[in-house]
Amino acid sequence: MASNKKYWKNEAELNPNDSIVEALRQNEFVEEIPVDDFLGDKQNLSTSNTNRRDFLKYVGFSTAAATLAACEGPVIKSIPYVVQPDRIVPGVPNFYATTIANGFDFASILIKTREGRPIKVENNTEAKVAGGANARVQASVLGLYDSTRLQGPIANGEPIEWQALDAAVKSKLGSLQGSGKQVALLTQTYASPSTSRLVAEFKAKYGNVNHVTYDAISEDAALTAFEARYGERALADYDFEKAEIIVSFGADFLADWQGGGYDSGYSKGRVPKNGKMSRHVQFEANMSLTGANADKRVPLTPSMQMIALAKLYAKLNGTSAGGELPQNVEMAIENVVAQIRKNKGGAVVVTGIDDINAQAVVLAINEMLGSKAFDTKAPRYVRQGSDKAVNALVADMKAGKVGALIMDGVNPMYTLPNTADFAEGIQNVDLSVLFSTNYNETAEVTQYTAAANHYLESWGDAQIKKGHYSLMQPTIRELFDTRQFQSSLLNWMGSDSSYYDYIKETWNTFILSGNDWNKALHDGVFAASSEATTNVEDAASVADPMMVMTDTDKEEADQSEETEMEPATSISIDSAVRSLANANTAGMELTLYSKVGMGDGRQANNPWLQEFPDPITRVTWDNYITISKADAEEMGFVNEHVANGGLDGSYANVSVNGVAVNNVPVIIQPGQAKGSIGLSMGYGKKAGMKSEMQTGVNAYPLYQNFKSIQSVTVEKAAGMHEFACVQLHKTLMGRGDIIKETTLQIFNTKDHSEWNHVPQVSLNHQEVPATSVDLWDSFDRSIGHHFNMSIDLNACTGCGACVIACHAENNVPVVGKKEVRMSRDMHWLRIDRYYSSEDSFEADNVKKEELDGLWGEKGSLSGFGEMEDPSTNPQVAFQPVMCQHCNHAPCETVCPVAATSHSRQGQNHMAYNRCVGTRYCANNCPYKVRRFNWFLYNNNDEFDYYMNNDLGKMVVNPDVNVRSRGVIEKCSMCIQKTQLTILEAKREGRLIKDGEFQTACSSACSNGAIVFGDVNDTESKVAELAKSDRMYHLLEHVGTKPNVFYHVKVRNTNEA
Amino acid sequence: MRKVQYRNQITKFLGLSFLVSFIFTVSVSAQDDTAEVAETPVAETAEASAGGDPVKGKSLFQQNCAACHALNRKMTGPALANVETRLAEEEGLDKEWLYAWIKNSPGMIKSGDDYAVRIYNEYNQAAMTAFPTLSNADIDDILAYTAAPPPAAATAAAPTEVPGGGGAQPSGISNEIILGALALVFALLIFMLYSVNKTLRRVMAANDLEVEQEAAQKRTPIWKAFAQNQFLVLVTVIFLLLGSAYFAYGWMMQVGVDQGYAPIQPIHYSHKIHAGANKIECKYCHSSARVSKHSGIPSLNVCMNCHKSIYEYTGGPDGPSQEDLANGYTNEFYTNEIKKLYKAVGWDEENQKYTGESQPVEWVRIHNLPDFAYFNHSQHVSVAGIECQTCHGPVEEMEIMYQYSSLTMGWCINCHRETNVKVEGNEYYEKIHAELSKKYGVENLTAAQMGGLECGKCHY
Repeated sequence: MASNKKYWKNEAELNPNDSIVEALRQNEFVEEIPVDDFLGDKQNLSTSNTNRRDFLKYVGFSTAAATLAACEGPVIKSIPYVVQPDRIVPGVPNFYATTIANGFDFASILIKTREGRPIKVENNTEAKVAGGANARVQASVLGLYDSTRLQGPIANGEPIEWQALDAAVKSKLGSLQGSGKQVALLTQTYASPSTSRLVAEFKAKYGNVNHVTYDAISEDAALTAFEARYGERALADYDFEKAEIIVSFGADFLADWQGGGYDSGYSKGRVPKNGKMSRHVQFEANMSLTGANADKRVPLTPSMQMIALAKLYAKLNGTSAGGELPQNVEMAIENVVAQIRKNKGGAVVVTGIDDINAQAVVLAINEMLGSKAFDTKAPRYVRQGSDKAVNALVADMKAGKVGALIMDGVNPMYTLPNTADFAEGIQNVDLSVLFSTNYNETAEVTQYTAAANHYLESWGDAQIKKGHYSLMQPTIRELFDTRQFQSSLLNWMGSDSSYYDYIKETWNTFILSGNDWNKALHDGVFAASSEATTNVEDAASVADPMMVMTDTDKEEADQSEETEMEPATSISIDSAVRSLANANTAGMELTLYSKVGMGDGRQANNPWLQEFPDPITRVTWDNYITISKADAEEMGFVNEHVANGGLDGSYANVSVNGVAVNNVPVIIQPGQAKGSIGLSMGYGKKAGMKSEMQTGVNAYPLYQNFKSIQSVTVEKAAGMHEFACVQLHKTLMGRGDIIKETTLQIFNTKDHSEWNHVPQVSLNHQEVPATSVDLWDSFDRSIGHHFNMSIDLNACTGCGACVIACHAENNVPVVGKKEVRMSRDMHWLRIDRYYSSEDSFEADNVKKEELDGLWGEKGSLSGFGEMEDPSTNPQVAFQPVMCQHCNHAPCETVCPVAATSHSRQGQNHMAYNRCVGTRYCANNCPYKVRRFNWFLYNNNDEFDYYMNNDLGKMVVNPDVNVRSRGVIEKCSMCIQKTQLTILEAKREGRLIKDGEFQTACSSACSNGAIVFGDVNDTESKVAELAKSDRMYHLLEHVGTKPNVFYHVKVRNTNEA
Repeated sequence: MRKVQYRNQITKFLGLSFLVSFIFTVSVSAQDDTAEVAETPVAETAEASAGGDPVKGKSLFQQNCAACHALNRKMTGPALANVETRLAEEEGLDKEWLYAWIKNSPGMIKSGDDYAVRIYNEYNQAAMTAFPTLSNADIDDILAYTAAPPPAAATAAAPTEVPGGGGAQPSGISNEIILGALALVFALLIFMLYSVNKTLRRVMAANDLEVEQEAAQKRTPIWKAFAQNQFLVLVTVIFLLLGSAYFAYGWMMQVGVDQGYAPIQPIHYSHKIHAGANKIECKYCHSSARVSKHSGIPSLNVCMNCHKSIYEYTGGPDGPSQEDLANGYTNEFYTNEIKKLYKAVGWDEENQKYTGESQPVEWVRIHNLPDFAYFNHSQHVSVAGIECQTCHGPVEEMEIMYQYSSLTMGWCINCHRETNVKVEGNEYYEKIHAELSKKYGVENLTAAQMGGLECGKCHY
């Protein structure tokens, strides 16, 4: 099965005559060592003042000097604590449970601290909601040590004292009382009970306070639809683990859709158990992470998606809806309806269409189906923003009705579509204060910029889902003279209690209902028993902070929007369906989205995230327009590879109603719906950023009316853009069987030898399985630990949390855009993305059979041209690849200095201090997982990311060596972690339980795709997985006997 | 004739040198004797005060009170010299009050006794431990001691002063005598050789003998013969090259090896006094060695656990040795080092309070393992149960800490090859040790057989 399919990573590979692809196949290191640059230039050499004798003198002198200098070691100082804190033992990490709630990402996490410094984010396994830490959350720890952070409050560009800021704000707030002008709080979504209570008290004290919550990427449509139907401004929660049929209309729910965090539940349903797994059908325009994981993906422009959704509703409802759809889409809807009818409770429909009607219809469908995966009783609070309120505020500002504007966690001058209005409005505001960790676009126009804490320095709490509370505690004291927003509010209200006391009071009064505060703080999460929650809801007398907020907010909304239309208390589903069915659009349809690596752009100055390759396009350090091949050809956009493996793309100008964003690079994206383009937000930030981080273009100006779907005009612009794209790096070398997949039907009915075929080799003129032939004497590994890693291609969604976790754990350097372009990225763990196209070829076969004659409707002349392009809608598979730790490692045998060697425990060791940098090992590695340090990346100002400043270096893991120039490095299977686990067991004199052994990637994978353990422990999970029928090793015929194994990807292609 | 003369020479030399060394040895031991006599402590002669035995009182005081009280200075609690009379005169409190106070001070504070509350507040409300086990007689003894401490302290101090100063001089001179005597011996030797030569020549002249120099001239000189023998030259050259290569290698290999590195530290901390004389367990101060990869330089608050009450150095029972004094390690010197600690930690001795102004001590790191080598103390200390001295040498004898071992990879590996894994009572090792020792056919596995030589165990 698997071997019949054609896999490719890049479209260029589909062209058999592409010389660059051929060259890349042959060369491990594309870049020649640039000796010719300085030796080839004869003229330059002859005119040089340095003659041969001088050269020898310099060499002699420097050698002698270096030798002499090496004789005397430096004097190293060691400074112990004066008073050592009780819990800190140098060399032993401490873990603290906390929560990230930065307005875009919400997750309960553990923070690993060493000598008091937070260095790593781990998943909090106690947390039951909102999944694990995604790539951005994993990377957020680096933001703490950002050297561009504000180190104290600023007034009009000049540093000031907090007292001065406090005095100014207090006097202004006092004078505004009764003046008729409002005090506006423009903040991120907190989902925080304590903050809500605090804001309510602040309102009570200062009267005319208008609290506006603003999400840069708005979920207003979903919130309003939910509010209209269920009376609460929240988001429905979905448990995809319980869903057997998942139908998504443009909902990228594995990424950031409605706050994200759905991937771990989804993954659990994707692993075939007892012959069953969920079926996922995705209708979408952009090739999203979710679409890439779908069993069936239908590329469809947003307006068509609306029609399709209307049809789905109508068919389930037994009515009919208008609108025209292509026949294959009609078929797909028909099949989906048939499947849902068979299993109503097991189906769930979601949509990311930024339209209140679509959201309302989806809620209606799920309710109608009685979906098990659909939860409206305990909704999520991770998005609260109101477009209407934001627009009203900007209007008020312009009208001079706002006396004071206090902002926290938002950057409207960057994220608002119409920043000019805001800039004009803020001129009419008497006092403007921005709480921000960095100097940003908004700080440029506000009077006071209050340096805010990083979340790892702050107290806080969050109610991510109703009844599920989490606490945020500081893991380090403020590095700079900063203060968090809530503490400042308390200060300005004249309260002398700290925010910590305030949270504790809130929790003890409203949340804990007698449970222990210290335990809640230790766990980081607290789930109110269902009884308690109902009590709070029923007892109206109890002032639930959440209620307080919503009530007062409503009042505010009512007051300020009297003239405007009342929010529809109930949306008529029939009219909603009708308006969906009538959806049409002229021109290209743009879908704005957020990238897995960048989100809404608040972490744009995080080099880990900038260098994180996008799961789909594999492009780093950029955003771009994604366009279908057909459209690109029509408009003249090209993508081409240059000799060093770099990718170049045309530029385009995009405009919406006269608002233009110019010179956006274009990527031709297989699977992009024809007639649609995609563009990610979060890039193009400029203010307060290092020049290296100022990448991409800002797409927010196109986010008109906070709608992610826009009708745009696209035209070609001059020039070519140089991408730093890793997709052609480390090519397949023609070894297509590196990835294996099958369908659920075959998986259930046929023997595993058919769908998980072991390659055969000839031994004594007989075909035998490659696994049974061994050229080498095997080492006996039956004693002690033998580490194995299992990667389930069904559970892996390609989210990339493991990539960042590996980065943080192993001090992997950031090399920058230019170096990535030259295939010098250092990621120890990469997630390969393969396209394949079985479906379309089958259709072609039918078509080819039916060809009749040369001319005419079925003539071969036109017919072959019409044949489907494999890249219009490819299937996608993700495959995380790190060092496979082969038992017969090809790298070990070719190392001339024995720098890489094997251990009894199954790990392939790499002694950096022994390596001389011949790179033979990298050449001989069939998996291309070895990385060469072309430069010294630490303490080198040429690489101004984080390892060159004292602040950034604090994130470095002290247990792992920081590699130097000229050595090869690679995945060590986190030997520092396995060794520590062993040591702890030895010290305590006990055996090691299964699950104790973890690597950075396996513990970061909340989807359960990566499982690590000791196969010699027969009870362990990894030993069980190793016996699975789906298990295979990469490139088995090479005979390397890796210690990492994979599970064949199974697709649920059952159409009926 | 020649022979006889020669023999005479030897006997003469031997005899002389024996004589010199004999004189020298005797003189040195004589010096030692006198010093010892002088240092013998004077017997305690102080009279016992009425009602108590100050000698017994002293030992009780040391056991129970000395952690918080001194005789003549304020510590955690007030100075106690003549406390009985002081209380009687200044506060009008009698012995009964003292009995009650010592046996149950918290009770007295609670009951609101005027002076009890006053003293409690004066000393930062640090409650004094109640000593209900002390009898009145014990308290009498202690009070007797505080009233008239036995002169042990004085006598102990005296010999450190007087004979100490005197003792240093003879030791200095004795060194010079040795050198002088040696010089004399060599001078004599040269003189004798010269005179022997002269005598011989004179004898030859007297006997009309002539040195046969012609014969020597006829033979080729030895260096020429050597130079002509190509084989010999070759062998020698090879030998020389190999030899110099050997030494060059040896020299190169010690580059970066700081064995014996003993830097001057900001505070002269003597392991000899702490670990040697006072027998403080290493891991009392270097506590993180048990659980962490770092042994940890103790934080200053650990020092203050003891040095809050040990504010001066009084020396051992014998006082400082001559060697110490020669190096300047007097009691005052050590006491000054303790003052440096107080300054660093911000301890106000007068008021027995932390001022909050601290200056972390910048110790010079002695053992510098390179970054690419991972070493974990707890693995060796807690799991393997290795003595600290195995790697760090006789720390308890080190006045100045130095790097005892070479800390080279060869040194690590040697030990891993020779040392058996300590498996007793450790469940972790049970299965793996049984299986592996069976595989290797040995009774006890070495660390190397356990996998302790694999590169990645230390390099990652």
